Amino acid sequence: MKACCSREPEVKLLVTLKRTPQRDARIRISPEGAALDLENVQFEVNPFDELAVEEALRIKEARGEVEVVVVSVGAEECEQQLVSAMAMGADRAVRVHHEGEFDSLQIARALAAVVEREEPDLVLSGKLAVDDECGQVPAMLAGLLGWPQASQASDIKLSEDASGATVVCEVDAGLETVSLSLPAVIMADLRLNEPRYASLPGIMKAKKKPIATLGIEELGDLGSVRSRVTGFRALEDKPPGAKVGSVDELVQALEEKKLI
Amino acid sequence: MAETLIIIQATSGELSKSDLAAAGFGREAAVASGGAFDILLLGSSAAALSAEAAGLGAGTVFTMNSSELEVYTAEAFAAAAAAFLSGHPYRLAAAATSSATKEYFPRLAALVDAPMASDVLKVESVDSQKVVLTRAVFVGNLLATVELEAPQALVTCRSSEFAPPARGGEVSTVEAVEAPAGLASPGKAFVGMEAASSDRPDLKEADIIVSVGRGTRGPDEGIPLCEKLADVLGAALGATRAVVDAGWLANEFQIGQTGKIVAPEVYVAIGLSGSIQHLAGMRNSKTIIAINKDPEAPIFEVADLGLVADLFDAVPELTAALESRGG
Repeated sequence: MKACCSREPEVKLLVTLKRTPQRDARIRISPEGAALDLENVQFEVNPFDELAVEEALRIKEARGEVEVVVVSVGAEECEQQLVSAMAMGADRAVRVHHEGEFDSLQIARALAAVVEREEPDLVLSGKLAVDDECGQVPAMLAGLLGWPQASQASDIKLSEDASGATVVCEVDAGLETVSLSLPAVIMADLRLNEPRYASLPGIMKAKKKPIATLGIEELGDLGSVRSRVTGFRALEDKPPGAKVGSVDELVQALEEKKLI
Repeated sequence: MAETLIIIQATSGELSKSDLAAAGFGREAAVASGGAFDILLLGSSAAALSAEAAGLGAGTVFTMNSSELEVYTAEAFAAAAAAFLSGHPYRLAAAATSSATKEYFPRLAALVDAPMASDVLKVESVDSQKVVLTRAVFVGNLLATVELEAPQALVTCRSSEFAPPARGGEVSTVEAVEAPAGLASPGKAFVGMEAASSDRPDLKEADIIVSVGRGTRGPDEGIPLCEKLADVLGAALGATRAVVDAGWLANEFQIGQTGKIVAPEVYVAIGLSGSIQHLAGMRNSKTIIAINKDPEAPIFEVADLGLVADLFDAVPELTAALESRGG
């Protein structure tokens, strides 16, 4: 898209990612129920964001002159996840430094400010973070930027001149195909790809790749926290059900419950 | 003016169970706020659906349509809803969770500068300061209380958790509102839709779901047996992620955390072990029946009736037994 001078990459991809508890981690609630006990929990790149990183790397491998920048909003520890993405192959990282509460719209505003600085051709993101399961930030980002968006993507094809993309989205009714002009925001779904493992050389290289840190005061007015979680509680245990010994007993039990 | 607005995508011929559930959410929010709710029908079927929508207990049913709303796009629907809300400052605007509202409601939240809660299970309270809601987090394993503190808040609600409002009350006023020009994004175009054709009920509409897992060994082995059972029961067919990943059934059949979340009267789980992601999509079903040959399968922990058996024997036997007693 951009005029191609010697060093400038032809296409710039920005991938947003979130640090989330490992997918099989047991999450406990603090005794007062106001917070989660994340003391001994391991963290990883949100699995849906990892799909977005992988897709960016595949675009880079297919096209050549592509820069992949990963960005996250959070405290210093989320640099571990930025490094993980760079170990997979992303070129560099940006971290917006923030500790404490932040709601989806504030994060989207922070990312919009990063987008204005970086001017990517495409923002890729996971469709959902597996911890809070809100799935709001990428579409809010698209709305703030006034860019077109495609969600639940299971296939992404960039046009040769990188002016547009054709995206297959997994929607309730089936597979919807949309075309987007770039710049745009696309959200990755489960079947988009299978993320690679970082290689040992990749992990070594990642240690030398740059992470730029931005303070939120540099990003303009991000608004106030207007959505907050004030408490957690566990699901009520369901009483154990009955086992039946045969299909006949099953049919009888269904009749007794008046289900057939 | 009512405090709550329910937004319904009116691009097909009839109101869905999810649309009715959204109206149920509207009624709950109205009770919580001591007020009323209105409905906004967006799309080419808005006028056609307005008579039915006027029987759901809303104060006013608004209809909005334009050529740019005939085919759903996130960009046009978010812009249309934002334009409507700018002239009608509702306390709360809500819609049922769907693949469409998952993408256009957060965009709308950005356009109208409102905080949002996704896939809400319950309305706790609504007052002039705060909207307090309950939603599920961490693969449905925990419930979180969320407070939205702003003059206007947005919500998507899980349709399986809200009963449709009773009909037969006062009929709503219907009012057509003009859609602003320039709704569609020049950067976005709908190209096409590919959907598996089926005579069975839609997953989100069905009272009974027969759901298949990897244990069925695919479309040449166990899945046809389960389809036959589904047909005898008049059930919808559902599937686990593994079945969809394997290409045995299309993505619209997937039930789970990231697929569809359902809560039918009866859920028959066949040859599926019950991963936490799958359980997150069906654990609130009224009666869960599991058929699996592995007695340790986690699905038995949530099943009301469990049968440890080889599905290749049990499913045809069950189908025959149901057929012989006339369904």
